[in-house]
Amino acid sequence: MAEYETEPLKCWQKAKELRLKYYKDYQDARDKGGLRWTGGAWSFDAIPAGLGHDVHNITGEPYGASLAFDKKLSMECLEAAEAKGWARDLCSYMRNYWGSMYLEKFAFGGEYPEPDFCFQDHICCSHAKWYQHVAEYKKVPYFCIDVSVGPYKDLDESRLMFVVNQMHESIEWLEKVTGRKYQDELLIEAVENETRSTSAWAEICCLNMAKPAPLDEKSMYSLYVHGTLAKHSKEIADFYEELRDEVKYRVDNNIAAVPDERCRLMSDTQPPWGFLKVFRYLEKFGAISIGSLYTFGLIGIWETKPDGTWGPRTTPMQKGETITSRDQALRILADWNLSKPEWQHFYDPNLKTEMMLQIVRQWQLDGVMLHLNRGCEGLSCGIMENRLGIAEAGVPVMTFEGNMGDEREFDEKRVMTRIDSFMETLGMEMLESSVSS
Amino acid sequence: MLTAGIDMGSKFIKTLVLKDGMVLGKAIVPTGFEPSASASKCLEQAASEAEVDISSIDHITSTGAGRKAASEANTDITDVGAAAKGVAELIPEARTVIDVGAEDGRGIKTEADGKVVDFAVNEKCAAGAGAFAEAMSRALEVTLEEFGNLSLKSDKTIPMNAQCAVFAESEVVSLVHAKTPKEDIARAVHDAIASRVVSMVRRVGINESVALVGGLSHNPGFVDAINRGLETQVVIPDNPEFVGALGAAIVAGERNK
Ligand code: SF4
Repeated sequence: MAEYETEPLKCWQKAKELRLKYYKDYQDARDKGGLRWTGGAWSFDAIPAGLGHDVHNITGEPYGASLAFDKKLSMECLEAAEAKGWARDLCSYMRNYWGSMYLEKFAFGGEYPEPDFCFQDHICCSHAKWYQHVAEYKKVPYFCIDVSVGPYKDLDESRLMFVVNQMHESIEWLEKVTGRKYQDELLIEAVENETRSTSAWAEICCLNMAKPAPLDEKSMYSLYVHGTLAKHSKEIADFYEELRDEVKYRVDNNIAAVPDERCRLMSDTQPPWGFLKVFRYLEKFGAISIGSLYTFGLIGIWETKPDGTWGPRTTPMQKGETITSRDQALRILADWNLSKPEWQHFYDPNLKTEMMLQIVRQWQLDGVMLHLNRGCEGLSCGIMENRLGIAEAGVPVMTFEGNMGDEREFDEKRVMTRIDSFMETLGMEMLESSVSS
Repeated sequence: MLTAGIDMGSKFIKTLVLKDGMVLGKAIVPTGFEPSASASKCLEQAASEAEVDISSIDHITSTGAGRKAASEANTDITDVGAAAKGVAELIPEARTVIDVGAEDGRGIKTEADGKVVDFAVNEKCAAGAGAFAEAMSRALEVTLEEFGNLSLKSDKTIPMNAQCAVFAESEVVSLVHAKTPKEDIARAVHDAIASRVVSMVRRVGINESVALVGGLSHNPGFVDAINRGLETQVVIPDNPEFVGALGAAIVAGERNK
């Protein structure tokens, strides 16, 4: 008999539809007289939103992950990128994306829909180069905002203005390359939506402190993705609030993601997308990954509450602020994004260790699984320092090697064996029901 | 109580039959292409040496890379758990276990009763495991035994920079062409393997005393290199290649209670 009751998420179908609609909207935008642009999941997508409601984007990382999930297509894309001379140790999302562009194959059917412009920001070495190449290859204009001003705890006026000034400049550039008049009220609306969606996502992650956890990380991957697609959109902000209410209902009614939850873990960095079965394997031991700094903080925006706990950042609207001007909107947007957890460790791995340990304590975890992700230098940078810090804090930790977007670098058998060893270390045995199945 | 442990290594299968903590028999056979059949054969040989009938064994536990393929086993345990258990029996004071076999290397931090606190395992590369020493001995056209002893005759340190077995092999070929004495090359190879193992073990921390087990502990060149690398003298039990099988047989006893 399972320990807890479980049931599928009611929002699941809607999540799926929203994601497919996003790609379709991008694909069809030109035919409908709209504009298409591409950039990263961390780009300031609220800014091009000021060009009109008919402007649609495609973000590179989730698109790369979608490609990676389709092993056959991914292999074609990776090989196409390698045939152009790109090294195998470059960001694997980027290589998948470029391959799809070279092959003129869109993961959601048809040809790769070329953008009208590229709009990106830059914190990882791959960010700026990724779209510089797309822009050169597709002969479209490109703007990139440098956000590497240091960790949020050291933010001051001049650092903030370094980003805000570039944002102002980007709006002039957008008007010039698109020939459209920029609408500040659309920017303000997008900034409000973005603060709403990213704070709501953090609230959802907080609900996973409950025992049993209402969500498992594998499911969270299908949900956090919306924030990586269009965190500025009203549809996504509304969806996250609806999802938050449903997850709250699950907590109130003890509805578990894993019916036999008896061991709580967190992972780190993007998973190997072609091998999400790793998470199903954990369930055989009654173990659940309740999330990670990655799923929590890639798009979720957080703040430290007066009692020292981590919680969703208070939105300007919740504070009673009204956004009335372009400059105010851009200042809020810059400050909001610069506090993103996943931007902090680009400057110091210890900041990441601290955040990870905060999650371990607050979400009451038994161990940590770190994916030494060869496909992402950005998020893997310093990960062995994190391992050391976590182990020194007395928290059991295991590592496994792989690649989020290149299945050639994932050794399934070896990883599963390592999970077995880790489970043994934690004193976990396979559930009776799993042994016999 | 009669128990057995089967260690399904990538190169050899080792089996050990235990009666109330006493080793009655053991056997080792090449894994070959049919690990399941080889495991049966190995178990038969160990049972015959122990002069017991397989059907009279109360509980059999398998371990090793191919542990799921041992059809006679009642339960299984990971290599990490088995090595830690086996060492706890033979060298109770050891708190760090280094286990290097043909294709895998492991560093394990343990507590008194062989409980694993932390572990690190080598990644896909074989440059930190026994298969690499074997390949390099072939390149030098000496037996593996000669290769191990040869390196003790050298006191030269030639760094090998390659991180991967394939590139390291091409470095060895360059050294051969440069007419570097074989003993110096042998030492360079063992140093290279040891340095990978040492850095892996340092990840879990090195607590005295340090036990070295697994097939590569028979290689004196490697042992010398690892002692220099760790700046300590590792302790090697008798029959170090059987420690995993011993640990599995002990676990079999615990599980049969
Ligand atoms: S952070 Fe990782 S996924 Fe993002 S661009 Fe850099 S390497 Fe690629």
